[in-house]
Amino acid sequence: MKFSLEWKGIKLSLEDLGTGFAMSGMKVTLIGLVPLFMFLALGSAFAISLTKDPSILPSQLIDKPFPEFSLPDLFDEEHMLTKADMSGQVTLVNIFGSWCMACDYEHEMLMSIAKNKELPILGVDWRDTRVKGKRWLKKRGNPYTNVVFDEFSKFAIDLGITGAPESFIVDKRGQIRYKHIGPITRKNWDEILKPIVVDLQAEKLGAE
Amino acid sequence: MKRIYTIVLVAFCLFSGLNTFAQTTPHISEAEVEQRARSVGKSLRCVVCQNQSIDDSNAPLAADMRLLVRERIRAGDRNEDVLIYMRDRYGDFVLLKPPFQPNTYILWFAPMGLLVLFLLWYIVQTRRPKQSVKIAQLSDDEQKRYDALITKIEPKS
Repeated sequence: MKFSLEWKGIKLSLEDLGTGFAMSGMKVTLIGLVPLFMFLALGSAFAISLTKDPSILPSQLIDKPFPEFSLPDLFDEEHMLTKADMSGQVTLVNIFGSWCMACDYEHEMLMSIAKNKELPILGVDWRDTRVKGKRWLKKRGNPYTNVVFDEFSKFAIDLGITGAPESFIVDKRGQIRYKHIGPITRKNWDEILKPIVVDLQAEKLGAE
Repeated sequence: MKRIYTIVLVAFCLFSGLNTFAQTTPHISEAEVEQRARSVGKSLRCVVCQNQSIDDSNAPLAADMRLLVRERIRAGDRNEDVLIYMRDRYGDFVLLKPPFQPNTYILWFAPMGLLVLFLLWYIVQTRRPKQSVKIAQLSDDEQKRYDALITKIEPKS
């Protein structure tokens, strides 16, 4: 392949340019390439960061005990639910709200989990009103074993929630083992969440 | 008379004792709560909008966090305790000012390090005696091609 460059109507070949470079006294040195390497290093670091979703924060609570709580039942203001109501079973904790569009999308999947009795689901109705929360569940069906009502985000902040829906898998000892951000779909349930649940359900208590 | 005196004294001791018992959490004025909550709120990141503090953000979760900060302060938390409380739940990310710890050393030291490196380089460069520029000698062949190029660019008139 022949390389040539037009300059002021004169054709210069690659050899001509080489002669010019040799005459200029410039040399390619390793130290001269440092800025290029720095650029490549920074560029690739930024490029990798760009592919990550900044709204997904790593949870601080993995392998920590699920926080103690005492919150009113959505359906009965007088009735307080606590961590003891989670009853030593592997439990899915799901944060939702009647205002949350993605929760609507997720709901069918939760109904199917409940129908197959795969595990108990604790619902956290977050930043909602009782009336709207109850109406929402009545219309779509209630997949939850229990629903607690968290009007002012107290519980949500204890759980490090940044948005709804978010879900936790809690093991038999009451430890948080997995956090899922965003709606549970058939795909991520079958591929990610369910295998974790099955593993945890097979865990024997006391076998530390 | 002496008896009444004793009763009053005993009662005084009792009630003053009760009084200190009731005040295990120091009483803070609402103005102070507000002032301290503002300063705490400025250093907490809103986890919904991410580049605003919870004081600047309109997100509902940020509003609830502001309330919680006030509640913790009223309950007797120091400002640092409130920050630790949030950090335990949301991680270092919730702090707008990155904490000084091994995984952030590069963040804290890089600007200083780069400045020092630059100064070192600058000193070395300015102290070095100026070298005369060596011009590469052209070989006979290159000289011929050079002459040919020059005549192409500046034809002899």
